[in-house]
Amino acid sequence: MEKSRKLIISVASGKGGTGKTTIAVNLALSLSNVQLIDCDVEEPDCHIFIKPVIESRHTIFIPVPVVNQNKCDGCGRCQEVCLYNAIAVVNKEVIIFPELCHGCGSCTYFCPHKAIEEEKKEIGIVEIGKSGETQFVHGKLNVGMMMSPPVIRAVKKHINKKKTAIIDAPPGTSCPVITAIKDTDFVILVTEPTPFGLNDLILAAEVVRKMRLPFGVIINRSDLGNKKTDEYCARENIPVLMRIPFSKKIAEIYSRGDLIIKVLPEYNKEFQELYKKIEQVKVNPT
Amino acid sequence: MKVAITSSGPTLQSNVDPRFGRCPYYIIYDTEDGSFKAVENKSNLAAGGAGIQAGQNISDMKVEAVITGNVGPNAFRVLSAAFIKIYSGASGSVKDAIEKLKKGEYRETAGPDVGSHFGMGR
Repeated sequence: MEKSRKLIISVASGKGGTGKTTIAVNLALSLSNVQLIDCDVEEPDCHIFIKPVIESRHTIFIPVPVVNQNKCDGCGRCQEVCLYNAIAVVNKEVIIFPELCHGCGSCTYFCPHKAIEEEKKEIGIVEIGKSGETQFVHGKLNVGMMMSPPVIRAVKKHINKKKTAIIDAPPGTSCPVITAIKDTDFVILVTEPTPFGLNDLILAAEVVRKMRLPFGVIINRSDLGNKKTDEYCARENIPVLMRIPFSKKIAEIYSRGDLIIKVLPEYNKEFQELYKKIEQVKVNPT
Repeated sequence: MKVAITSSGPTLQSNVDPRFGRCPYYIIYDTEDGSFKAVENKSNLAAGGAGIQAGQNISDMKVEAVITGNVGPNAFRVLSAAFIKIYSGASGSVKDAIEKLKKGEYRETAGPDVGSHFGMGR
């Protein structure tokens, strides 16, 4: 690995509410020369903790098809090629469901009569700013929109390779998560030692393995629940990078929108060590 | 008249499946001669737009009416554009549903009766 190249680390989880944002913001702010990138565009919340000054905003559009009735003969080719069931053609009438459209452009490309024109549809915004020395980027999907990946891709375009990037990913195991963690150097999976936490961790680990990304686990509220998460990680050779206890103090800090590393400065070192461990795992993958 | 009944299985004894877009089978029944065939619903595993795809398939089969439990807004739009009659609120066996249709016990549905994603189990 080249020395100059900075890591892009994504923070994900199968289950929601395990502490992705807590890890992402505290890790980012414990480091220098860093970017914090909130890719959870359906519910971005990193800004609550780091209170950035927003310096620029960009509107994100996707192209959606509009049929020129004068040219369309209702052949149905657009319906056949749409992978997302966003088009129906019945009685030679083309019905478009823009909310299902991914903006891939296949219908426009394959229409034999050039009857499809594309219209820009606004789906969200990207905001760029900073908080102290930390660069900040996040995306916001417009209310009522379902297609978050184009907004996530637009957010990721602002990754600056000269800085370490910490990405807060959405929860789950579907397209938005894949889009957020794709092409990152390392994935932190945050979990809690409960049956739900473990079930969703296993699903997330399968996804990350399929994507061939190096990853490790952080167990949040680690003194709750049972030992099954530890046993799973040991059995699967997944490094447990950090444990955060179930603490009323930490819960209070979070509820006030504060940073753990500011109120409990001893955590600065813990998060910096987390980063070092990731560098090591990244260099010597198991 | 060809009628499509959303079904949990491939026979007339199967129960009507309440989901239009995500039922496992359609029974395509011909009211003229009483013949029927079972068609697997290939759109029931679609990530999104199952109702739209199902509406398209039903329309392509030249069906004139649909009997089902519920129909969502997108499927309703496709079926309406195809001038397919919709009888929703059906339950019990497919055979009973056909008998009820023959006796004129169903009233045509005027609008979608569930929201999007009803059939996705969440």
